[in-house]
Amino acid sequence: MDNDSSGKKAGTSRRDFLAQIGPTGAGLTIAPLLSKSEIQAPAQDIPLPSMVTTHCSINGKAHKLVMESNVTLLDALRERLHMPGTKKGCDHGQCGACTVLMNGYRINSCLCLTGLCEGAEIITIEGLARGEELHPMQEAFLKHDAFQCGYCTPGQICSAVGLISEGHAKTDEAIREQMSGNICRCGAYQNILEAIKEVQQTA
Amino acid sequence: MIPFALIRIKDNETAIQNGSAKGSKFIAGGTNLIDLMKLDIEKPQKLVDINALDLHQITVLPNGHVRVGALVKNTAFAYHPEIVKRFPVISEAILSGASPQLRNMASTGGNILQRTRCYYFYDTSFACNKREPGSGCSAINGYNRNHAILGASESCIATHPSDLCVALTALDAVVFTQGPKGKRSLLFSEFHRLPGTTPQIENVLQPGELITAIEIPALNFASRSCYLKVRDRASYEFALASAAVALDISNGKINQSRIALGGVGTKPWRSKEAEKQLAGLVIGKEAFRKAADVALADARPHMHNGFKTELAKRTLVRALMTASEIA
Repeated sequence: MDNDSSGKKAGTSRRDFLAQIGPTGAGLTIAPLLSKSEIQAPAQDIPLPSMVTTHCSINGKAHKLVMESNVTLLDALRERLHMPGTKKGCDHGQCGACTVLMNGYRINSCLCLTGLCEGAEIITIEGLARGEELHPMQEAFLKHDAFQCGYCTPGQICSAVGLISEGHAKTDEAIREQMSGNICRCGAYQNILEAIKEVQQTA
Repeated sequence: MIPFALIRIKDNETAIQNGSAKGSKFIAGGTNLIDLMKLDIEKPQKLVDINALDLHQITVLPNGHVRVGALVKNTAFAYHPEIVKRFPVISEAILSGASPQLRNMASTGGNILQRTRCYYFYDTSFACNKREPGSGCSAINGYNRNHAILGASESCIATHPSDLCVALTALDAVVFTQGPKGKRSLLFSEFHRLPGTTPQIENVLQPGELITAIEIPALNFASRSCYLKVRDRASYEFALASAAVALDISNGKINQSRIALGGVGTKPWRSKEAEKQLAGLVIGKEAFRKAADVALADARPHMHNGFKTELAKRTLVRALMTASEIA
């Protein structure tokens, strides 16, 4: 939450705007769906998800999360902890937009239940910068124009940071292979490769 | 995902006790299970989180066998120095599958238990005997380009998706389990079942039975082994055909070999017939092609996967050429 407010510029951001119209704008579209599901829902025997308490560290801060058992780490980050930097793409582990680092390794947060994160140390895109100073990988992505629309970028950057610390990719071909879990619809792959190589050489 | 209970357990006995209950499932990495739960294909009432169990080690035993704990991540398995050096076919098989993110999450036990990626199994609007026993198979008369040409039945033609399993069956790995009735070990080739009339039953595990480890027997010539995978994309895709091979060669002749195929069978497909065919022959394309013909002799293609028979043969030949250092 701290990360959300830091570095915020004056004026209304896209996210602020969406939050403002949410109660009214979203209400209009959701209302018909709600009434339909109320009609269809069986009256009884709907088990409630059990609540699970999970202790973990996110971007260096200790958290005690009390959530329904079926909340994924991705949804916990975005919807409960208000850290929308991690993106939801396919939600099935195929696109890599949701990549975060867990205990130093990159994972797909969409396929990870929050309840399975007991004791884990999680780093998201919000946790890479040191205050105002961007992480070298973030700097390199900017320098090499390693994105176009930017939606896959948080996942690409987290994956690239994991790739370097995991230390198995030394050639262009190996980097491409090791980044194959991150899809970029804009096709910025060549520039992503250049960014990673630069950080790898200076690391 | 439909609602479910999630419990964490710390010892095998409690895990087995909880896992034995109807509607319970063990969860480790969860990469396949969570995906299937999101699609309402898997609908457990209770998930038993086994990640705290003491099954995370890779151990070299005094007899040279390598024991891999069921919770060892695919990444750790693939890059373990002992595996890279002595069993390259395993390392290559693991690294040819999924993405780094998934391999960092996925466990050894889970890899072996992963379910088919048949698109009719995944799409709940289609009939599927594996997902809903007795409902029929949409693939047999549907679009079956990705489907099995070996080991299929009237009920199911879905391929087994794992790369690791192809290498493990080639090397005669052993699966160690612990269940309500005690501990047992199972030969890898006997772990997975052919679909027959019950494609929903994919292996011989009993309710509550937990995989604790995989053991890879010491096999000197396995250092001369490789895994070749052919697929529609260069990376991050399941096999159309794959081959795991190991060769014992002296004076240009084959003493023994190990041969298994992936992407073409309803289970990881060991071909002892092809191994027998190769014994005593001079290494070379001619001998390898004969072995490939034998390995695929029982192939039964469907409407759209006829190409797989020749593709699997060529894949196997190329893998054997690579392992014998001819190619």
